[in-house]
Order: sequence, then structure tokens, then C-alpha cells
Amino acid sequence: MSTALIIEQLLNGLQFGVMLFLMAAGLTLIFGVMGLINLAHGSFYMIGAFACAAVAAATGSFWIGLAASLAAAAAAGTLVEVAVIRRLYDRDHLDQVLATFALILIFSEATRWLFGSFPLYLDIPPVLAGAVALPGGAHYQLYRLAIIGIGVLVAVGLYYLISRTRLGMRIRAGESDREMIAALGVDIGTLYTMVFALGAALAGLAGALVGALQSVQVGMGEPVLILAFVVIVIGGIGSIKGALVGAVLVGLTDTLGRFLLPKLFTVFLGPADGATTGAALASMLIYIVMALILAFRPKGLFPATA
Amino acid sequence: MAEPVLSIRDLRKSFGALKATDGVSLDLRPGEIHALIGPNGAGKTTLIHQIAGGITPDSGEIIFLGEDIGALGVAARARRGLGRSFQISSLAPEFSALRNVMLAVQSRQGSSFRFFRPVMRDLSLTEPAMAMLERTGLASRANVPAAELSHGERRQLEIAIALALGPKAFLLDEPMAGMGPEGSRALTGFLDGLRHEAPILLVEHDMDAVFALADRISVLVYGRIIATGTVDEIRGDAEVRRAYLGEQP
Amino acid sequence: MSRERAINLLLAALLLAMPLAALALGELFYITLATRMAILALAAVGLNFALGLGGLVSFGHAAFFGIGGYVAGILSSHAFNQTPMFSWPFEFFGSDQMPTLWLAAMLISALVALPIGAISLRTAGVYFIMITLAFAQMIYYFAISWPAYGGEDGLSIVVRNSFPGVNTAVPLTFFLVSYVLLLAALALFALVRDSRFGAALQAGRQNETRLAAVGIAPFRIRLAAFTISAAITGLAGALLADLNRFVSPSMLSWQMSGELIVLIILGGTGRLFGPVAGAMLFVLFEFVLGGLTERWQFFLGLILLGVVLFARGGLIGVLAGKARHG
Repeated sequence: MSTALIIEQLLNGLQFGVMLFLMAAGLTLIFGVMGLINLAHGSFYMIGAFACAAVAAATGSFWIGLAASLAAAAAAGTLVEVAVIRRLYDRDHLDQVLATFALILIFSEATRWLFGSFPLYLDIPPVLAGAVALPGGAHYQLYRLAIIGIGVLVAVGLYYLISRTRLGMRIRAGESDREMIAALGVDIGTLYTMVFALGAALAGLAGALVGALQSVQVGMGEPVLILAFVVIVIGGIGSIKGALVGAVLVGLTDTLGRFLLPKLFTVFLGPADGATTGAALASMLIYIVMALILAFRPKGLFPATA
Repeated sequence: MAEPVLSIRDLRKSFGALKATDGVSLDLRPGEIHALIGPNGAGKTTLIHQIAGGITPDSGEIIFLGEDIGALGVAARARRGLGRSFQISSLAPEFSALRNVMLAVQSRQGSSFRFFRPVMRDLSLTEPAMAMLERTGLASRANVPAAELSHGERRQLEIAIALALGPKAFLLDEPMAGMGPEGSRALTGFLDGLRHEAPILLVEHDMDAVFALADRISVLVYGRIIATGTVDEIRGDAEVRRAYLGEQP
Repeated sequence: MSRERAINLLLAALLLAMPLAALALGELFYITLATRMAILALAAVGLNFALGLGGLVSFGHAAFFGIGGYVAGILSSHAFNQTPMFSWPFEFFGSDQMPTLWLAAMLISALVALPIGAISLRTAGVYFIMITLAFAQMIYYFAISWPAYGGEDGLSIVVRNSFPGVNTAVPLTFFLVSYVLLLAALALFALVRDSRFGAALQAGRQNETRLAAVGIAPFRIRLAAFTISAAITGLAGALLADLNRFVSPSMLSWQMSGELIVLIILGGTGRLFGPVAGAMLFVLFEFVLGGLTERWQFFLGLILLGVVLFARGGLIGVLAGKARHG
């Protein structure tokens, strides 16, 4: 096991974590501000991926596709918020779960209707193709590094947005006191729509970025959504910082677990049993980590105040 | 002097920079009504929550019937005999008044892990519960869902539930709140008789009721008890008049 | 007789009449459809202990449904192949007897539910929903990555397991077995709902603070309800495995967890027969819409959205009016 391989796995874990962060940030923001649990967040991820793949195929440009993914996911988010979601803010979580579950069914089938059941493929843009040399003689995909970079940019941007801008001030006020924000003369409906659209756009961005690494298909969003849930449960619901820490933790744990556990068990159980036992355990690892964290910190690592 | 039923020693609780409870000590003696008064935001409800177990204090002791109950949860403290009413009525809204009281009777009788016998046909539950409703004047409203009771009736139901627990001490958080003069007078008379069943720690804003009922009064200001004494002592206390009754010296 | 009770009797009669009519008409497929209704209803009755009585929105009950299915599948595959499942402390060759499988399915489901519940119930609200979902997903991925019992491909039950004294291979017989179990579970639900335990559980749903203030700790009550709930859903899983003669990880999937909740809501939350009405409606949708269009889930989504937004009482709510609580 070379250093190069370990560095590569670490970066893979980081890239996976960044992608989870893009999903989790939107979810946690929407929950923190509006108190809404949104299962359909995975649909925005899927919409982003499909929009990027379709537009990139039509125009030949990944970048136009990427812009389209942001636009499509934000538009879908706005539409859904106005048509459905805003009726759910005052409902209990069960109603929110069911209505957004219904939205998953609708979005998934509608996408299948539009694009068929076969997966689409999206090419990595030529500028980011190829690999970069890393210390230790390793080579790493430039595109994955770019994803990590984008994730860092988004994290910084979100931090700036929330702590330094008027919109962020309103978001923070909305978290703590709906009445106060209404008294400030802010149209709370518009604010909620904007936050929802922002979350959707981040999910769409994640979908588009990952679309070039995997196939783009219906149902791609929900496994990621559930991992994003694990992330925000670990991080503390409502906390962007928690989402970032949780996402990187889950990304690294999952990637390194899948890499190391089969090797580890091979030492004890021999190659055949060891590999399967290790792989099975690795598939459960992040949930075990989640359970352990919750056993000691039921509100997650960075519990939101109040 | 008789051993206090409930004894709080140097209780402290901060929320960030705010010292909500700042070294509070007080006793509740057998047979007394001990009123806790103070301006809004003095930390009265926070103190009640700490006694009842909903908020964990940063430090200090809560001794109930000779036992330190500081590590126990809300339910365990209630089972040991702390009967509590809430500042804002807290009931099972879909259950009838009777079933709300039956829940307390059920708890008092022990295990809730009984899966088969229908509660509504269980006289050992319905009869004591009905008796409590009668005592509090709610018998005619027994089958009305709690959500449909009037504000005053809900306050009465709170008391009936607390009574049904057969408590060794009552923690009543503003039982008169929003009752209207007539309701307050009736409740004052009722509480007056209650002190012989179990002593009452009474948080109340209605000063007429406090002065009529209290054997002793403690005044809480900014998380500190600035005075404890009889009604006359408190009325005459200069610091209390300044800090609380708002009089200029 | 209240209107709701009349509707309940009607639903029970309808479900029983369906396979009988199918038999008379020689349309055996409809017997399978009715059996599927009964089994899904049973699974949802299980969930209803946690969700309807306790207000515990478990988005992970597919875990117990699937575990029940896998327990039946695994035990019977060992019995069929005559391979020992384990050989210490004694040799165990599984079983192909339904009562044994049911008991095992309920027991294992309950045993898995206990730690999951103990961790999840330390939290509430959205946390609880997400954590139960995550744990179910964990078991789903485990089933996929563990190759011994078929992994991603699932596990077949070659011959339907047997029940002493009857021939379960006859579709109507197997329907009746499932139907009786459903009625038994409904009776249990009604008993528990009206019991002391049920009173505490429902009070905890309405107002947790109140429950604790009268001296009943919500955690243990809820953990017991969650475990009972899992056991019954696990029993339904064992039956579904026998109906399909096949178990696969899809029984453990998050969609299945969602569907179980949907069954309750379609029928009517907080109703004894809500799961039955919901399961009948759901299987009917699946069959009718599925026959009309490949995209039936799209329309299911629209219907569900409509129910949540505009008809929160579900089918029984629409038919029987507002729920009464004693």
C-alpha cells in the first residue's frame, strides 16, 4: 500500500465529502430557516445532472450545461416552493415527509418520461481532463480536484452570504424569529422562496458535477439525499458548519472504509471471506459512526442554538 | 421546626451571559404555601423547570423528602411526588378531561406496561379520576376533549391532574393566569384548603391571591432571591418595594 | 354502531369477498392481489403502532419488513437445501414451517428494532425521521453487499413454506392465513390502543411534556411501541416472502419505507382500519393505473400530494368524518 494510493483515497473521500456538503448545505439551510424536511432535495440533484447532460450534449459545452443545471434546479425549486412547499411550513413533519415523498415520485417519473429509462453520460470538460502529479509520485484526476475547489468556494461563499450580506442577515433573523423578520419589513414569503431556490441550485450543482463521474439516471438523487441526511444529523440540523464537518467526515469515513476494511479483514480471515466481510462492514460504516455520535451527542456535533 | 419537604440549595443556571438562576436557596415546609414572586424575566419559570427536572441546573442541590433528586428526570421526580401545573396549560388535547386525569391516576398506580385491559372500563382508573374532576368542579365537563375546554377550565384541569398524582408537594406556575376575578377567587379558596394535603410552591402574579394565601413569600429578582419572609415582612421590606413594587424611597 | 365501525366491517368483508369472487370467476390472479393487500395492510398495521398511536414517524420500517422477509427466506432455504445454518452449539437446518418462521421473523425484527429504537428515540421530530431512514439504509446496503444469501439478486423460496394442517400452495388458503393474521393484528391494535400502555403512548404523541409531568417517562413506552411495531411489520415481511416466493433488498429500500407510511395516510391516520383501507387502495391504484400507464407512479404522486394537501383524513376520513377521541 503506497503513500500515493492513500493520498488518492484521501482526496476521493474529500471530493465525496464536498459533494455531500453541496447537498447537505441546502437541506440544513431549508430546515434551519423554514423548519421543513425536504425529501425531494434529491430530485434537484437529479434535475441538475439531467439538465447539464442534456444541454452539454446539445451545445457541446460542459460549461453551458453547468449553468443550465443551476438554472434548472433553481427554477424547479422555485416552482415547487410556490406550488407546494409553502403550504407545508405550518404542517407537521409527517405531512412534509409525505408531500415531498410524493414529489419524488412525480419528479422521477416525469424525468423518465422526458429522457427515457436509459442513463445519460456527461463528459468531463476538456480543460479539466487529465491528471495532475501529486507528491509521492501519484497522479490525480484534475476534475475531481476541481470539484473539491468548487466545494471550498461554495463553503466560503455561503459563509460570506450568511454572515455578511443583507440576505444572510434576514436568513439568520428568520431562523430565530419569524415575527421579528416580518416586523423588519421583509417579505418572508420571498425570502423562503429564495432560500429554497438557493438550496435547490446547490443540489443541482452537485448533481451536474457528479454527473461527469457517474452515469446520469433516474433515482440517482435519493441515495445521496439519505447520505446528506446522515451528514446533517451528525453535524447538527440547521448548522452550515456542522454540514461541512459532517460531510467531510462521512466522505472520508466511507471512502477509506471501503478501501481499508476489506484489506484489514483479509489479514484475519483470508482473501475470500475477508474481502466480503470487509466490504459488507464498510457499507455500514458511516451509519455506525452516526449511531456512535448520536449515542453521545443526540443533537449532533454542532447543535443549532435554541 | 419540621424538616422541609423541598429544599433548594445554591442553585445556579446560566444561559450564555444571562444568569437566570443565581445562587437560589429556598425551603418548602410542611403545610405551607410558599409564594415565589418577582418581575417578569426574574427567572421564576426557569427555577420551577429546574425543580421539576426539565432544565438541568449548572450547580446546586435539590433535596426532596430527604433525597437529592438532582440527577432524576422529569417523570421520576413526578413519581416521587412533585405535582406540577404549567404556566401555559399543557394537556393531552385530544383526550377528554377525564382521560387526562386518568393518565395521572394510572401513573400513580404504577406500571403503564399493561397492554390489554381497556382503561375506560377500569373503575380503578375512572373513579379516582372522576373524583378529582368533581373536587375541581369539572365533573360536568369530564367527556369534553381538553382542546375544547375554556381557558379557565384548562387551568382547573391542570390542578386536577396534579391532585390525582397524590403529590407530596405542589409546584404551581401561575395557576391564576388569565382566570378572571371570579375564577381567581374560587381558585384562591381551593388552594387555601389544599395546603394541608401537601405544601405548595406557588408562582403567581396576582398579588391579591399571593397576599391572601402565602405563609411565606420569596422575592426573585434577576435570578436572585432578595428577600424571604412572611407577608407582612415582605410588604415592609424596603428593598422589595424598591426592586419590585416599583416604589421610590 | 358508529359510521367508522360500519366502514371497518365493510372493508373487512370486501377484502374477504374479493378472493372468493375471484375463485368463483376462475380469476386466480385476483386472489394474489387480495393477499398482497392483506399483507401490506398487516405491515402498515405494524407501523401504525409507532406512527398512529405514538406519533413516531419511522421512515425505516422497510428494514423490519425486509428482515422478516429475509428471515423466512434464509431459514427456508436452509431447510430446503438441508444445509446447516450454523453448527454450534447445535446443528440448525432452518425451517419450512410458517409458525416457526413467523416467530423467528418477529423475534429478529424486534431484536434489531431495540437498538435502532434506543438510539433513534433519544432524538425527536426530524432527527427521528432521518435516523430511522439512515438505519434502514444501512441494513439495505448490508443485504446488497453480503453475498451469502443472494446479495443484490435476492433469494428465492423454491417451495412455499407450510402451515400444519392446510395446503398453503392453494392461493385461497394462503390468502386466508394472511387474512386471519391481519385480523389478529387489528384486534391487538384495538386492545393496545385502549389499554394503559396505549393511553400513555397516545398521550406522548399529543403532549410529551404532559406525559412526563404525570410521572410516565416517554422513552420506555415509545421503545416498547417501536419494538412491537417492528415485530408485526416483520411478520408481514415473512408472509410477503412466501407470497412472492422471493426476497430481495428492494423490500428493505427507502421507497418501501415511504410506501408503508403512504398506506396509513391514504387510509386515514389514527384509524384502526386506516392501513387496511390504504393497502386496498394502494394495490388497486398499482393495478389499475399500472395497467393503464407505465408511469403510474407519477399519478400516484399526484394523488398522494392531493391527499396530503387537501384530504388529510384519508379514505376513512372522507367516508366517516372527523376522528373521535375518547
